[in-house]
Amino acid sequence: MSSSPAVAAPVAPASPLLAQLKQTLRGWPVIAAIVVIVALVLVAICAPLLGTSDPGLIDASQRLKPISAAHWLGTDAFGRDVYSRVLYGARISLTVGLGTVVIALSLGLLIGVVAGYFRWADAIIMRVMDGLMAIPGILLAIALVSLSGASLFTVLIAIAIPEIPRVVRMVRSVMLSVRTESFVEAATILGTRVPLVMWRHMMPSTLAPLIVQGTYIFASAILTEAILSFLGAGIPPETPSWGNAMAEGRVYFMLLPGLVLYPGVLVSLTVLSVNVLGDALRDALDPRMAKRV
Amino acid sequence: MPGFLLRRLLAAIPVLVMVAVIVFSLLRLSAGDPAMILAGDGATPEQLDNVRRAMGLDKPIVEQFFSWSWRLLHGDVGTSLISGLPVSQLIGDRFGPSLALSISTIVLAVMVAVPLGILAAWQQGKPLDRMVMAVSVVGFSVPVFIIGYVLILVFARWLGWLPVQGYQPLSNGFWVFAQRLILPTLALSTAYIALIARIVRTSVIEVMGEDFIRTARAKGMGETAVLIRHALGNAAVPIVTIIGVSIAMLIGGVVVTESVFNIPGLGRLVLEAVLARDYPIIQALILLFSLIYVLINLVIDMLYSVLDPRIRY
Repeated sequence: MSSSPAVAAPVAPASPLLAQLKQTLRGWPVIAAIVVIVALVLVAICAPLLGTSDPGLIDASQRLKPISAAHWLGTDAFGRDVYSRVLYGARISLTVGLGTVVIALSLGLLIGVVAGYFRWADAIIMRVMDGLMAIPGILLAIALVSLSGASLFTVLIAIAIPEIPRVVRMVRSVMLSVRTESFVEAATILGTRVPLVMWRHMMPSTLAPLIVQGTYIFASAILTEAILSFLGAGIPPETPSWGNAMAEGRVYFMLLPGLVLYPGVLVSLTVLSVNVLGDALRDALDPRMAKRV
Repeated sequence: MPGFLLRRLLAAIPVLVMVAVIVFSLLRLSAGDPAMILAGDGATPEQLDNVRRAMGLDKPIVEQFFSWSWRLLHGDVGTSLISGLPVSQLIGDRFGPSLALSISTIVLAVMVAVPLGILAAWQQGKPLDRMVMAVSVVGFSVPVFIIGYVLILVFARWLGWLPVQGYQPLSNGFWVFAQRLILPTLALSTAYIALIARIVRTSVIEVMGEDFIRTARAKGMGETAVLIRHALGNAAVPIVTIIGVSIAMLIGGVVVTESVFNIPGLGRLVLEAVLARDYPIIQALILLFSLIYVLINLVIDMLYSVLDPRIRY
């Protein structure tokens, strides 16, 4: 997250904002959150080095074993090493989080910019977004996954689509408030081409709220992936995602609660850290909210 | 007021039309032939042709949409591919448990979250406030099924106070009904308690900075009366909004909770339909939940002008 001050810079004169950002990021919960996130990223990258065995290795003689020296978190119903699977799960969850953020923000930004700049497109786009927002996100995602077949990519798309309307609304409202600003009018009068006006003069105003919204989307994507996999409408079952681990473990919950709880704790910890970071970023980048809370 | 009501009602229509268009295209945009999806995996070519003709899939797509919408407007949401029963009947059979779970969840969430939020606002910056805020961030970061399983582990397995899962209708006696609803309600309401308490706190803090609060205090009004009569009343609009949003968001949580606690409601119906690829049911449920969402938003908007007479559309 060290890149956020640089990205936030175009929003306003940089120095007070940077100072505020530094101050907001000083509290211990935020530091703890950043430590957790960095640790998870490292775990995800180094999973093959940290794992004690192949996460897909099936060993029928080692089914549902408790914690031992060979299997640090025990084994699942297929005799696979839970510790290794949980490590690899970090990869899947972070990929899903990041992928959803990229898809939802880029599509939302594009659609929102068009809606906020071109009056003729606005009405149509916003009606479509209203319709999308009325459909419960989980339900839409379940339907999309079951219709187009389970794969990492379809799950990404299915989680991202319900997030898009909120991004579009936010981008559009920023664009609408910026388009009457004198610097935009000046650029237009000087004959700057429309795409350039939108890109260089209007778009930067959306960056700060986009970053904040991005963190919340990241957190909610990880939760949604876990829920989808848990319900059996997620990533293909052989993939060692946290949601799949919990879905497989639920049958044996009374025997070995850890099969559900270890990945569950990791999902919760990840989402919690990202939410804490998101709150801090919001307070730093949106002074109106910071003053209020 | 009636003019506003009418305008607001009319504004809901394009949203519903849009939902219908999205749900209609969902089946057609997805990879593959809708007839193949509707007829199931093991269909013969003759069966496929029958489905195509019966569904009107050989007609132009716009005509298909209008005849589908026409049937919808007449209350015909189709028949289940698996059981052959009308989807409306299946939904009717499953409605009770979900309704019971939703109502108990929202009632509990509001009853706990509103006082908690006021308490936190009143103690702003002090340990109690920090604790409430910390717990609330945790509250909506933990997946609902994890909370559900931990509750089952503690209260059903270790303490043995409550049944592990299942559902009994109210007609079988209140205690039997309530007993099985306690754990699912606790599990599902956690996230909403967290969410509502945060908004209540923020709104009350914002109102407490207003001039009329200072006036009320200056004229010697007790702190409790200031909080309840002046602060809460004026913070009502955002609070009602977030409660409405929570109700609308409830559906996702209901699906998961019903699955954890084995409650035969609409959430389980969704999952059964997805596993069986019974698309008429999925379509109908998406439409139903979207309709509920739009109606709830309508009610929230109307409550605005009751709660705050300054708001007019």
